[in-house]
Amino acid sequence: MNSQRKQHRCMLGDIQPGTMAKIRCHHSCGAIRQRLLDLGFVPDSEVNVVRRAPLGDPIQCKIANYNITLRISEASLIEVECE
Amino acid sequence: MTNTPKSTQEKILAGLAGQQNAGKSTTFNMLTGANQHIANYPGVTVDKKSGSYTYQGSKVEVVDLPGTYSLTSFSLEERVTRDFLITEKPDVIINVVDASSLKRSLYFTFQVLEMGFPVVVALNMMDVAERNGVEIDVARLQHRLGIDVIPTVGRKGKGKNELREAILAVTRRKEGKVLHIAYEELESAIQGLEDQFRQTKLADIYPARWLAVKLVEGDSEAERIVALELGLTAGELETARKIKQSFEESHYMTVADYIMGCRDRLASSIIASCVNETRQGKANISEAIDAVVLNRFAAPIFLVATVFVIYQLSIVKGYDLTQYWWPFLAKFRAIVASILPGAGMLEDPYIRSMALWMVDSANALLNYIPIFLILFALIAILEDSGYMARIAFILDKLFHAFGLHGQSTLPYILGGVFAGGCAVPGVMSTKGIPDERSRMATILTVPYMNCLAKIPFYTLLVNVFFAPYKSWVMLFLSTITIFVALLVAKLLTVTVLKTKETAPFVMELPNYHPPTFFGVGQRAVERTWQYIKKVGTIVVAVSVCVFTLLQFPGMSDERRTFFQEEMNKALGQFQEKIKESSYVSRFKDDAALVELVSLYNDFKTAKLNTKGAEANEELDTRYKKANPELFVFLKPEQDKDADTVSKALRGLASTQKTLRRQIKEEQIGTSVLGMVGRSLEPVTRWAGFDWKINVAILSSFAARESSVATIGVLYQQGADENKSLEERMGAETNDSGFTPLHALAVMVFFALYPPCLATTIMIKVQTGSYKWMVFSILFPTALGFITASGIYSGGKAMNLSGIQMMGVFYLFVVALTVVTGLSKSWGRKIIKSAGLAVAENG
Repeated sequence: MNSQRKQHRCMLGDIQPGTMAKIRCHHSCGAIRQRLLDLGFVPDSEVNVVRRAPLGDPIQCKIANYNITLRISEASLIEVECE
Repeated sequence: MTNTPKSTQEKILAGLAGQQNAGKSTTFNMLTGANQHIANYPGVTVDKKSGSYTYQGSKVEVVDLPGTYSLTSFSLEERVTRDFLITEKPDVIINVVDASSLKRSLYFTFQVLEMGFPVVVALNMMDVAERNGVEIDVARLQHRLGIDVIPTVGRKGKGKNELREAILAVTRRKEGKVLHIAYEELESAIQGLEDQFRQTKLADIYPARWLAVKLVEGDSEAERIVALELGLTAGELETARKIKQSFEESHYMTVADYIMGCRDRLASSIIASCVNETRQGKANISEAIDAVVLNRFAAPIFLVATVFVIYQLSIVKGYDLTQYWWPFLAKFRAIVASILPGAGMLEDPYIRSMALWMVDSANALLNYIPIFLILFALIAILEDSGYMARIAFILDKLFHAFGLHGQSTLPYILGGVFAGGCAVPGVMSTKGIPDERSRMATILTVPYMNCLAKIPFYTLLVNVFFAPYKSWVMLFLSTITIFVALLVAKLLTVTVLKTKETAPFVMELPNYHPPTFFGVGQRAVERTWQYIKKVGTIVVAVSVCVFTLLQFPGMSDERRTFFQEEMNKALGQFQEKIKESSYVSRFKDDAALVELVSLYNDFKTAKLNTKGAEANEELDTRYKKANPELFVFLKPEQDKDADTVSKALRGLASTQKTLRRQIKEEQIGTSVLGMVGRSLEPVTRWAGFDWKINVAILSSFAARESSVATIGVLYQQGADENKSLEERMGAETNDSGFTPLHALAVMVFFALYPPCLATTIMIKVQTGSYKWMVFSILFPTALGFITASGIYSGGKAMNLSGIQMMGVFYLFVVALTVVTGLSKSWGRKIIKSAGLAVAENG
């Protein structure tokens, strides 16, 4: 664990491409939340925001060894901690 | 579970389950071979594919369940899968797992195990995993899970017998320790609840452990089941609520999150002990490609280039290929024509004209087969390679602004977003869109795309009325439809579709991999086959109806006698002319004359279509060989008497042609469809349509291409001088005051025209309701008519020419699209500033 001081919490939708983050929890519920979990947005796993789409939305994230794309509106429901 | 193996001649029911893209269908094909059939799950539009095989005396029935990521009750597919498991209670679940993303797949495996089913894991795509440097210790994985794990390569049929063996074994096995998914701090509470359930009648129907976990998780479906069976005040519901509440108060997280975390930790520990990733392999290649292809500036260039290549290869090159393909269709028509009763001098036997009409309708559509084969193959390459998912990624924002979805791209491309496609495969391919509202909007707007069959009609009108601006008008037609489709999608999603479920855009971007020749070929042929089936069934059937409506009740006996007399006059003249020649006795008989005239007509048509001296000579020899006795009248050379006959023949054939056309026109004019067309005239006058256009529009409902055929019959003055349809239509419409503005209104109406019958049937299949099918016919009709009326009446009022009005209309639609697309963020600003600009100018 890194020291608590260096980390701050934010939403996955807000972080800049090229940043690593660690998923804390979901603010969504129901189908959206389930789908995110199914695709690997599981608390404590690491996620890398790879890039934004040319029009600015959606974003591409890398978890483990696969890539998932989701809209910023959904990514803004995932709380992460980043360095 | 209380699954006792069945006696002697065993029958085993196996459910094939797994996540999307794990290779379920290939595994299904591998297990069952060709012995498959497709049905629907009761009440929903999800396909139920099942097949069977016999292995060591046991008959195994395999049901291919929908691909799902988990077994909750959120999506239709998940509900269907879950209901199947609970009600049918299969003897074994074959869990197909993608070896390359094992961890994520395990969440699903855990859920199936929790339901208490005997499970066999088919560890699929082992070859891909190995190539990517993923080593899986299968023996250890088997040990950790406590169930059989069979490595397979579904595509190559590897592991087939081992899998069949394991399926049989697991249904016979009585003991063995299957992995128990423990929920750490919640475990004791869950077990308590589980024991409570075991005392109730529910335990006979549902797995007690599964119910306990689901209830604590707060799954609405599980709550419903318990409330239904045990009553709303059941103690179990209360217990579950208490467990949930106390846990969430002390841990600051939901039970559902915690349970997921437990599963994740378990999966991680299994992965850590069984999987060894030696190198990152292919993923790096994919990343390198994405760095270029998805680059902010390069992405649009690649996208446009891809679309351009597809257009060039399929539409342009494919069209060149139809030139080689058409002779086969023409031969088919000739064979049919030779079987049917022969043509008459004035009127053909009913059966002959109807059969030939059917063949012509079908041929017009079958002519596009080369285009579709190429188009569908290229699209399959896009899908299999992984680029299609990237297109969805790039375009999602654009589509989303209009209530659509990134995955609407594929249906739109198939439907003909760039000058030619077919709405039938387009509507079919909406199946994969997870967002119900967007899916419905896509289904209802795909038919606005330019279907290939609309093109001949456009070409005709453009050549007659917009010849100098040809390419501009074609550009207008192919882009206006996209804008209109987007606007309609937006309109529908904020009105009639407002209450439909939506789902987020969360999608996997698969690694790039080279498409297999077999996979691409299979898909291309399959989709083309759907198209051929449509032509073979619906289009042919409807063409018969249209034919009948165009024939009956037909013209009066008086007129028929009149035409017969005219013909007799011509025949008399012919006999008069050849009186002196030595061939006079030859043509005493009417049948011989009919034969000669039709031969002459065929020869002339063939001549028209033949270019170059050599080809002409070749044609002559061919006809001479086939008709040694009659050829002399086609080309008399030195024979004087034959020359006399030939000249008389020319006159006779010309009269016959004119009379036949007049008969046809009168027949259509007095037919049911003609009368409907006329009776609609007072209304359609607002849009500038006369009855002939009305008839063409009505007849094109069967299949678009028949409109050109109908117009061909209706505009026939001057056809004797061998003028093209363009010239004829131009001349006749000039007299009747048909202007380019009329043509513009007709073309726009045609662009917004309701989908053809085959598409509407596909819409019924995909939406599962006749209501939407009717809507898909009525709404575009109203929209098209209002728009066409606006263009015609507006253009007339403002005294604009066709091309000017086109510009005005185009600007209006584009502006409306831009404003709608940006409405959320900048909409108000733009309207305000536009308002200011207008005020300033005014």
